[in-house]
Amino acid sequence: MKSRALVANIKDNVATAIDDIKVGERIFIKSGESKIEVDIIQNIPFGHKFAIEEIVKGNEVVKYGEKIGAATSDIKVGEHAHIHNVESNRGRGDRKRRGEVQA
Amino acid sequence: MKFMGYRRENGSVGIRNHVVILPTSVCSSETAVKISNQVPGSVALPHQHGCCQVGEDYKQTLRTLIGMGSNPNVGAVLVVGLGCEGIRPREVGEEIKRTGKQVEVITIQECGGTLNTIAIGARIAKEMAQKLSLQQRVECDVNELVLGLECGGSDPTSGIAANPALGVASDILVGMGGTSILSETTELIGAEHILVERTKSEETAKRLLKFVQTTEDRAISMGEDLRGSQPTPGNIEGGITTIEEKSLGCIYKAGSAPIEGVLDYAEAPKGKGLYFMDTPGEDIDSITGMLAGGAQIVVFTTGRGTPTGSPIAPVIKVTGNSKTYNNMVDNIDINAGKIIDDDVSLEEMGQEIFKEMLEVSNGKLTKAEVLGHREFGIFRIGFTF
Repeated sequence: MKSRALVANIKDNVATAIDDIKVGERIFIKSGESKIEVDIIQNIPFGHKFAIEEIVKGNEVVKYGEKIGAATSDIKVGEHAHIHNVESNRGRGDRKRRGEVQA
Repeated sequence: MKFMGYRRENGSVGIRNHVVILPTSVCSSETAVKISNQVPGSVALPHQHGCCQVGEDYKQTLRTLIGMGSNPNVGAVLVVGLGCEGIRPREVGEEIKRTGKQVEVITIQECGGTLNTIAIGARIAKEMAQKLSLQQRVECDVNELVLGLECGGSDPTSGIAANPALGVASDILVGMGGTSILSETTELIGAEHILVERTKSEETAKRLLKFVQTTEDRAISMGEDLRGSQPTPGNIEGGITTIEEKSLGCIYKAGSAPIEGVLDYAEAPKGKGLYFMDTPGEDIDSITGMLAGGAQIVVFTTGRGTPTGSPIAPVIKVTGNSKTYNNMVDNIDINAGKIIDDDVSLEEMGQEIFKEMLEVSNGKLTKAEVLGHREFGIFRIGFTF
């Protein structure tokens, strides 16, 4: 069966949907040599990401084997990971304006 | 490997044979367009700059205009100035003449107004176009090609399919002794540590990091979250969450070749191989930088779909998203969505892109060319006074 999501690197804690995936679906994804099974708990549009491991608030979100940002709330397995719960740590002039330290 | 191109006086090779009508300022841009309208085979490069600029910003605009005229795809140049602008029309003409190609310079103030300038300019351009029409393509080696790598309107398929496939094509060209330019400094933010590992010298590594730092500092100094503009709203709608994610997908375009050197905006590479050029993430300004640096061909990957081309170079569009390909089939040349939908390998897709590059270098028109897309923009780094 055609894969419906991709894990770019075995270090990743998110996968990218390559199909529209509906809440309640159970999908199988190849990650390196192994196969992982994820129960999708929110609708995931084509191209969007979902967690394949529990990501605790403040922890790194990893795709392509590299950090792409940090979780701004806990993200459960199968949950949509996007701008509502992941923030960038780069180019954050807003943090400087508020007097926060640049990460 | 060989292809058929136009050999220039200085030994460089063009894959197109344009007469360029080059305005030195916004004040002569409309007149340049009107001249070009009279002469099929010529193309104007209208822009909004060229006067009341200072320092590095002035130098960059000057370098860009000279670079566009000097590009090997350009067979002859008519420089059209107003006459009193900051960028001196005769200086631009003299610099382009170093390539050995025919260059003429006129100004609106010397010609006596718009109508006289159109008449005089059109007569000059007409002679140039006729002369260039006699030039035959000759056999050239692919190592003469300079490829500009561009991505725009990215979505997550760009990082999964289109960019890695373009990376394969770029590696093929570099492997054959050719040159490839990665650009878009903004889209290195969060991925610079990977590229730095591939630089050939400590100095190159330092300059590359400096470019990224300067760009990020520019965003931070404005007191805003870069996410207000990068990733763009369309990138985000497609599923890209942060600039780091966008950048990590973006750099696949550069394949796996080592980085020979880094270039200022519109600076020509000193040798062959893979280079990085300091340009913004905005596509049109970025492409201009690479063309002014001597690239003859651009391969442009997109996820969301974009129509843009260039006045002087073919732009080949590749998408990794089959829906986008079908939606904008008039604009997109290659569907790399086959990687996701049909399990076509990156290697096969890279070969297909390289084959298309060769055909286009031999004269095949891209969809952007057929549709008359001639977008042109110059990256400004200072204020207008």
